[in-house]
Amino acid sequence: MTSTAPALRFNRLAIEDPRALIFGRAPHPLTTRDGLVIGGGTVYPEINFTLPSMGVNAATLPQVCDQYRQIIKGVLRRAAELEAPGVVVEFETLPPMTEHPAWGLEIVRILLDGMVAERDKSGLRSVLRLTPNDNREFERPPLMRRGRYWEAMLELFDSGAAAGAELLSIESVGGKELHDEALVNGDLAGSLFALCILGVRDMRFLWTHLHDIAEKHGVNCAGDTACGFGNTAMVLAEQRMIPRVFAAVVRAVTAVRSLVAYECGAVGPGKDCGYENPILKAITGFPMAMEGKTAACAHLSPMGNLAAACCDTWSNESVQNIKLLGGMAPTCFMEQLVYDCRLMNRAASEGPPAAETLQRWLVESDASLDPQAYIISPAASIELARAIVGADSHYHAGVAAARRAIDLLSSASAAGALRIADNEAGWLEQMADTLDELPQDEDTFIEEQLALADPEKFLPAEYEL
Amino acid sequence: MSDHHPLTEAIIRGRRKDVPTLVSQCLEAGESAQSIVEHRLVPGMAVVGERFKKNEIFVPEMLIAARAMKEALKILEPDLVAAGVKPEFTAVIGTVEGDLHDIGKNLVAMMWKGANMEVIDLGVNVSPAKFAAAVQEHRPNLVGLSALLTTTMPAMRDTVQAIRDAGVPVKIVIGGAPVTHTFAEEIGADGYAPDAASAVDCALALLKQGASS
Ligand code: B1M
Repeated sequence: MTSTAPALRFNRLAIEDPRALIFGRAPHPLTTRDGLVIGGGTVYPEINFTLPSMGVNAATLPQVCDQYRQIIKGVLRRAAELEAPGVVVEFETLPPMTEHPAWGLEIVRILLDGMVAERDKSGLRSVLRLTPNDNREFERPPLMRRGRYWEAMLELFDSGAAAGAELLSIESVGGKELHDEALVNGDLAGSLFALCILGVRDMRFLWTHLHDIAEKHGVNCAGDTACGFGNTAMVLAEQRMIPRVFAAVVRAVTAVRSLVAYECGAVGPGKDCGYENPILKAITGFPMAMEGKTAACAHLSPMGNLAAACCDTWSNESVQNIKLLGGMAPTCFMEQLVYDCRLMNRAASEGPPAAETLQRWLVESDASLDPQAYIISPAASIELARAIVGADSHYHAGVAAARRAIDLLSSASAAGALRIADNEAGWLEQMADTLDELPQDEDTFIEEQLALADPEKFLPAEYEL
Repeated sequence: MSDHHPLTEAIIRGRRKDVPTLVSQCLEAGESAQSIVEHRLVPGMAVVGERFKKNEIFVPEMLIAARAMKEALKILEPDLVAAGVKPEFTAVIGTVEGDLHDIGKNLVAMMWKGANMEVIDLGVNVSPAKFAAAVQEHRPNLVGLSALLTTTMPAMRDTVQAIRDAGVPVKIVIGGAPVTHTFAEEIGADGYAPDAASAVDCALALLKQGASS
């Protein structure tokens, strides 16, 4: 068996100065059909929503559609009332909506109609990001390159793009079948294998297909996220299941996997729940969506402010359509996003020193309290980005990112700039030892890991192994 | 110096390699396999569970201890089978239909195993019919259902119904991020646990009450 890994496409940084890794500005902004310039100086709210407790099936589809009709009307009305400069709407489907692409497409149309209606009424500009589900793991072990889940997923991408969804995203899961196990075992080598060998291969396959669809319809591949990897680690760390330092190092490595979408032609804005996005923005220069305190409705995180430091769209990840005292939850969250964006845009309008001050406050209010926040601060992100682009393969990039992350955390802790819990300190050393023991040669690494992997959990052939 | 028995200490510290010798020593000293499980292994896992609850250790460390316990059980298994000794309780667990989230469910399964239950894990995306069939086949004392999506909560309701319809007296515990105690009551489950550690307490409390139909 030989590895077929091509080298990384990006070999230098688009942003070298942490102060330039800032909200609202990306070296390569993206202009949408409606004239939003994402990364061109303005931070836009990116609203996300999901259903309350209810089934999604043929019988409930009319009620499901009503929910989305109500949501889109409510959120855009509030955005218009608050004079938002524009809105990114994300439709992250629920699994049955991808399994039955016609259902997903019906909702895409409802959302697009709602966006046109509000534009006609108030002039509010908007763009739709479509995020179908990666349902491939409904088969266990997952079939990554064929089968009805794969076909249905591509069909929704294709029909959604044709209907007018202009930004294509996904939370892809290639490699996750081994990564979950690696996380709960605190196994850094296993994590590297899942992310940088399996994940990278799957991303390349998947995003090549998505790129073809985007080209066919004149839309954009926006980006992926290592949600199932980095955010699983983050939620586990938040619940004190795994050490935060381990989750922070895994986060650094996830950037290598998510980068592949951009190597295959994605142009941003990167997907909101990719907390590795600051590293990717430094490498690619493409705009990024981020989420932080406004996503507490979906999951908790230790970087509620810091995550905004370099965002180009600011998101709430996902909120159920339920009634809160202020109104329906998605509408309330739209309001929060708009106000956060107003603050960032106001700071930017006063020029770089004001913007940089706000950026510094966002960073410094979180960075020292948690290694996961520290590791995606602008300065650390650029360090990690540099380690990644300096490597000659994705495997080596993953190892380099992990090593740099461990160094950054250790020296910050030694300098008193970062608090690391007593029962976590030994983990840094343990992870460094693991890296020292890894083979330099990728094929040897693959062989070693294949020997350890549970053959019932994944099909090596789906990853060209 | 710890006051634990050396085998208990080896479990607590996850020293899997030391386990075979220590188990042999216990057996040679005339201890029965059942007594070793009850007085040496389970107390070790209880200490580990307690440390985990207090946030002193993490899941990876707990898994190392669990593997040490598994090693001991492997050695003792023939004796336990010969003596007809089985774990006191059997549980069936799974993530409900349409839902693939399984990390929480896996942790609950691991904690239940640590409490010396036999756990049959049906995996993810498990239909109500499959749960009902498993209940009929394995006759467990306990069923655990996990759901992470608001849109799979209705499947939880259907599953509880299917299990009740199967007519096997069994306690049902549910959990997962969108699930609440009120929801558990609404759908006729016996218990709700917010996290893996309390899933053990909840299960044991229900099991002590005896099975309901
Ligand atoms: C039997 O008794 C018991 C007792 C206690 C029990 C129990 C059973 N089960 C659990 N518990 C309890 O004990 C456990 C340990 O303490 C706890 O378990 P938890 O599972 O809560 O905690 C785990 C230890 C760690 N937590 C987790 O593992 C879940 C974390 C979050 C971030 C999450 C993850 C990681 C994932 N996801 Co998913 N995911 C989210 C989650 C956010 C959240 N707020 O939960 C949630 C649940 N996901 C969501 C979504 C939308 C989705 N996810 C999806 C996929 C995934 C990943 C594969 C990427 C990954 C799953 C990895 C895995 N193997 O499970 C998709 C659906 C897949 C499917 N068909 O199920 C997809 C649809 C996303 C997509 N674009 O495709 C959202 C739900 C929205 C909704 N409508 O409900 C979500 C809230 C995140 C969000 N976007 O806001 C307790 O709940």
